[in-house]
Amino acid sequence: MTRKEAVQYISLLLGGSLVGANSFLAGCKATDKKALHGDDSAYLDEIAETILPETKTPGAKAAKVGSFMVLMVNDCYDEKEQAIFREGMQKINDQAKSKSGKEFTAITPQQRHELLVQIDNEQKQYMKNKKEEEPVHYFRMMKELTLLGYFTSEPGCTKAKRYMPVPGKYIGCVPYTKGEKAIV
Amino acid sequence: MPGDSLKANLNTKGVQQNSFDAIVIGSGISGGWAAKELCEAGLKTLVLERGRNVVHNKDYPTANKAPWEFPHANRMTKEFIDANPLITRAAGFGEDTAHFFIKDNDHPYVQEKPFNWVRGYQVGGKSLTWGRACQRWSPFEFTAPERLGYGMNWPIGYDDIAPWYSHVEKFIGVCGNKDGLESMPDGEFLPPFDLNCVEQHMQKTIKEHFGRYLVQGRWAHVTEAKEIHTQQGRTRCQSRNLCMRGCPFGGYFSSVSSTLPWAERTGNLTIRPFSVVHSIIYDEKQGKAIGVRVIDTNTKQAIEYFTRIIFVNASALNSNLILLHSTSSRFPDGLGNDSGLLGKYVMFHNYRAFASADIEGFEDKYFWGKNPTETIIANYRNLHKQDTDYVGGFTTFSGAYRSTPKEEDMEETIGGSYKDEMGEPGPWGVYMYLQGETIAKESNHVRLSKDKTDQWGIPQLVTSVGYDDNDDKMVKDFLEQSVAMLEKAGGKNIFHNDSKQPPGLDIHEMGGCRMGKDPKTSLLNEWNQLHHCKNVFVTDGACMTSTGNQSPSILYMALTARAVNHAVDEMKKKNL
Repeated sequence: MTRKEAVQYISLLLGGSLVGANSFLAGCKATDKKALHGDDSAYLDEIAETILPETKTPGAKAAKVGSFMVLMVNDCYDEKEQAIFREGMQKINDQAKSKSGKEFTAITPQQRHELLVQIDNEQKQYMKNKKEEEPVHYFRMMKELTLLGYFTSEPGCTKAKRYMPVPGKYIGCVPYTKGEKAIV
Repeated sequence: MPGDSLKANLNTKGVQQNSFDAIVIGSGISGGWAAKELCEAGLKTLVLERGRNVVHNKDYPTANKAPWEFPHANRMTKEFIDANPLITRAAGFGEDTAHFFIKDNDHPYVQEKPFNWVRGYQVGGKSLTWGRACQRWSPFEFTAPERLGYGMNWPIGYDDIAPWYSHVEKFIGVCGNKDGLESMPDGEFLPPFDLNCVEQHMQKTIKEHFGRYLVQGRWAHVTEAKEIHTQQGRTRCQSRNLCMRGCPFGGYFSSVSSTLPWAERTGNLTIRPFSVVHSIIYDEKQGKAIGVRVIDTNTKQAIEYFTRIIFVNASALNSNLILLHSTSSRFPDGLGNDSGLLGKYVMFHNYRAFASADIEGFEDKYFWGKNPTETIIANYRNLHKQDTDYVGGFTTFSGAYRSTPKEEDMEETIGGSYKDEMGEPGPWGVYMYLQGETIAKESNHVRLSKDKTDQWGIPQLVTSVGYDDNDDKMVKDFLEQSVAMLEKAGGKNIFHNDSKQPPGLDIHEMGGCRMGKDPKTSLLNEWNQLHHCKNVFVTDGACMTSTGNQSPSILYMALTARAVNHAVDEMKKKNL
């Protein structure tokens, strides 16, 4: 058996294991009640687009990361994680309002960027100091799902990375110049 | 016995119609080989498979799917994981491969000790999802248990099996380098995959400082299609590294892409899917097995098939189950089980230990394409003599890769430059993991449950298989040595872990029906025949006398081809 796939998967994205990856250990009950709904995806699209905006390559919104997050939170998170995620969505909007008196979706891209940079710093600080049994920060969840959704999407694979479905051969050692995209 | 009720509703359509020269139970990696060799020898052969049919390139629903075609980015839903806590832990399990594995609730068994039994019930079995490593055993591995006092000798040695390794290697296509190592003999190899630059660095450092050999493993990939491969309809491996979905190119070996279609072309093969084997029928008067009783999983009807010889290739533990359940007044404790050892001495490979590190530098180097193989550090323990406080050797699988960029190296972790940077290859990482020999022990066993049955009324298997002190010592030594090698290679952020995962997840369960010279201490002779029922051959993992430290599948294939050759000779001589 080769564990190559598994090893690369673990090292994917932010390091450490993904939220929900071991949720079965907690033995939570599946529920028919959806934590998030289709109309949450527009708001999540804006959060994702702020994390991974359009540059020379498409952004997270073009990759439909918002609806990906809705699906993943509903299908792969346990109830506790879903609650944290849901509250996190509210917290971001509350912070936007208390800073500028407007909803997150109504503030400028620059204001959104500044807000999420601040929340991201809080997240990093929290994750660094948290005890093992304490829950993951909501923004860590959002960032993780944004990266996962974007870099497995068609624009993410084909535009932001070098998509190679049938390489035809493998060459072990080639020169690399900074800026060249990763093979996927 | 739950089986007794079958006699009442037996639906035998006549011995004639249901007769074959040979019956093979199971269509996985060894069953496929039995079918190929038997059909080539001109024997009308029936292959019984408990799962559905899988046809090369027709039944690979995910083979050409892009990453974005998997709704959950290849992860399983919580609902699925909650319902299948066991099988979802199998290596390579995901949205892209789930259809080649069982679901937990369909196939219950009893874990007396934690044992995660990974199964794939379909034509091709686990050969569709196997790891593809094909190293030969060394002569040391056949003799070490008795020589170093921790087990019984095999009835055969390296020289007996070497020509059959060659026979198998040429047909399935094995790529690798001829390294001239005594602990990992060379074979009939196609060109190897490259080592990447960090793997070359590891190779050099480990040789220089430890005198150990990091080399390319030997893998069942066609890196150069020879005539024998094009005849099978297979072409060169395209370095997609999506093997476990089934390969449209036939780039790696499976029963489905290779041996079964080959057997079919002889006109001698009949495959019967949806056929759970209930038991092997033993005839007291003739003093041999005469057929196999199956249950059709769709109709639940019992059907009997008759034959001259039977190959049992149901996968290691299921082969034990079938034999234990094949009782008669001659064999009240299971077919051929005069020694009382059937189901005992079950073994596995120790896969608990893992180590990894970041490697600085080499930022101006990358690779091209996707590598489906891994490097190996050839066994360096307990080869000529015992040189540690435990017995047995181990193989170290390893590899180097460029991971995702790390946030701590970036100025911005939100926004455009973050996105662009995350699309680039990150720093190099290297990993090592253990494939360790375990000791054959009578106490590690499987048996039939006295009260629990499956959906066909067949007793469930009870697994009572666990680690021992020797395994713990090996894990400790492996981790110390691996960390030392990673340090010498300039590794940073070195991580090491004993997962303590239950046995079974290695998917290398072996034994229970071991080969040996003495019928008092073994079930099978040197030709994989039951000592006491010579027309029944067991050539899957159940036959193993010890585990060695190499991946076992190619040994099963070689043993199978060798046993079929013997069976055909004996039939010609009218001995069978």
